[in-house]
Amino acid sequence: MKNERNYLLTLMTFLVYFFLLGPLLIIIVVSFGPDRYLAFPPNGFSLKWYSNIFEVSMFMTTFKISITIALLGNFIALLLGLPAAYALSRYNFRFKNTLNAIFISPILIPGIVLGFTLLKFLIISYNIPMFTGLLIGHIILMIPYIVRVISSSLANLDFSIEEAAMSLGANRFKTFFIIVLPNIHSGIIAGVLLSFLESFNTVDVSLFLSGPGISTLPIQMLNYVEYNFDPTIAAMSVLLMVFTVIFMFVIERTLGLTFFTKSR
Amino acid sequence: MSLISLEDVTVAYDNKINILEKFNLNVEKGKLISLLGPSGCGKTTTLRLIAGFLEAKAGKFTFKDKNYTNIPVYRRNFGFVFQNYALFPHLNVFENVAFGLKQRKVPKSEIRKRVPEMLELVDLNGFEDRFVTELSGGQRQRVAIARALVINPDLLLFDEPLSNLDANLRIAMRVEIRRIQQELGITSIYVSHDQEECFSISDEVAIMNKGVIEQLDSPSVIYKYPKTEFVARFIGFTNFIDFEVESSENGKLLLNSNHSKFRALKTNDVKVNKSYKGVIRPESIKMKSYIENEKQSENSIKGSIKISTFLGGLHQYVVNTELGEITVNSDREPPYDAGENVILSLPEDKLVLVEKG
Ligand SMILES: Nc1ncnc2c1ncn2[C@@H]1O[C@H](COP(=O)(O)OP(=O)(O)O)[C@@H](O)[C@H]1O
Ligand SMILES: [Mg+2]
Repeated sequence: MKNERNYLLTLMTFLVYFFLLGPLLIIIVVSFGPDRYLAFPPNGFSLKWYSNIFEVSMFMTTFKISITIALLGNFIALLLGLPAAYALSRYNFRFKNTLNAIFISPILIPGIVLGFTLLKFLIISYNIPMFTGLLIGHIILMIPYIVRVISSSLANLDFSIEEAAMSLGANRFKTFFIIVLPNIHSGIIAGVLLSFLESFNTVDVSLFLSGPGISTLPIQMLNYVEYNFDPTIAAMSVLLMVFTVIFMFVIERTLGLTFFTKSR
Repeated sequence: MSLISLEDVTVAYDNKINILEKFNLNVEKGKLISLLGPSGCGKTTTLRLIAGFLEAKAGKFTFKDKNYTNIPVYRRNFGFVFQNYALFPHLNVFENVAFGLKQRKVPKSEIRKRVPEMLELVDLNGFEDRFVTELSGGQRQRVAIARALVINPDLLLFDEPLSNLDANLRIAMRVEIRRIQQELGITSIYVSHDQEECFSISDEVAIMNKGVIEQLDSPSVIYKYPKTEFVARFIGFTNFIDFEVESSENGKLLLNSNHSKFRALKTNDVKVNKSYKGVIRPESIKMKSYIENEKQSENSIKGSIKISTFLGGLHQYVVNTELGEITVNSDREPPYDAGENVILSLPEDKLVLVEKG
């Protein structure tokens, strides 16, 4: 009986990993193929699709735009989201639940709707430059992640330590920086990372907010596969995977992955 | 002139019901005074108002003859000890204690001198590098006390500091708190709902009920001579008998209840022909077996045992009398039987008249 369940568990685990990692393996293998089309198994070995990434100038341009949008947007989203998360956790006021819902809503609203609405109002009605529009769209996308993750960090914070600090001579403002922030830093980092990834990967919102010269990497990849069937995109995916793995490795080394789950 | 004075202070959360209304309190320098009362009576509110965490809707708070009503908490120089310790989790013991000194821009060399001194005072030397999570509850509260003391506070405020500790530690810690308080001669206000705790360490106790101080006296006076029915009940008086005052002469009262006459000492301001509750502790009543035709002495009443419960070392009896049920403790062996007739005598110096509540 016990053995039977163990077999079943092993099988299930295997299947899960197979379906999760199988496609990734295929992409990795395919990216090294020499043919101008996706072939599995490949008929040889070549690195030319990797070098092709750097020859398509739009990839580099949009990569820079994606990074800029993600970093700059993250910074602004944090400036807006951190005080919001703090106020929502710390104080009781009227319309608190409504406000909470508004901050979370971008997760619930389909990206296509959000993208189209922003296009209609920001770009068409108010003539805001495309880059700014794209930035605003991404900030709206990132705020819920920032607010949510930081809020859960604040939920574990005993606010009487603020009062303790004030009774010992620190004013409200200083208390926030030297008492509250150090105790929620893991939440802030987690929120920033999650929203960075969300911004970097998102397609739907960006689709509406891109135009001549302004586009993000995922949009550029989408455009590319519309007209080309070669393994460049596979090579690009492998690079992004490596990028993510290095990213996670550095986090693991500096903070430990457990900090995502840690309450302190 | 008192060190602290609250005058006609009114406090309300969210501007709805007034938790404190025209509240008054005066505390002398160097004293430890407790606020004692049931949960929800406004003890914490009073303490937080004094600390400056709360603002009063009306009224005045004077400290050392200065108007403190609008001075923000971080300029008050009061130490506050919380029930849940409220230590800074990201700092070690040394840094926790040093926090207040850093805010006051005390030079590093002096901080390095004073923090260990404080830790010594609370018996925690050598714990400087520990983190809060590595300490027991008792140790955490000691750190919190050291942290509040190191700034040489003008006033020390405790909000149920021992409630999260187990019983033995509570007793050891309250002795410790009293020792430190007297050693430093620091004026303190101590909030608790534990009567024994307050009585054992305080110079004066204020018994609070629904936002009002019903009595403020030394622990021994409160213990013997409660002023109101609420106070009497709260500090363990179990017998409440209706009496009318027939006369009052030379500090002695003649009382009438259900046509029996009783005598009592005048401890409170009572008026002739008004009715009051006579209160007496179960251990103050003397009980003996009823003997037929024996002359009844003064202040005594006949009754019969209704219920008997064993309290360990003595028995507690509920006795049916003309005055109603009266609870009595007695260590007589063998114990009285149910239904047995007894004579209860209520010593005149133990029978206290209080306002009906
Ligand atoms: N933050 C608050 N908001 C609203 N009402 C409160 C708040 N804190 C306390 N109260 C109310 O004020 C009253 C007194 O509370 P408190 O001073 O904490 O009592 P105690 O410390 O004696 O138990 C209670 O009725 C409580 O419900
Ligand atoms: Mg309280």
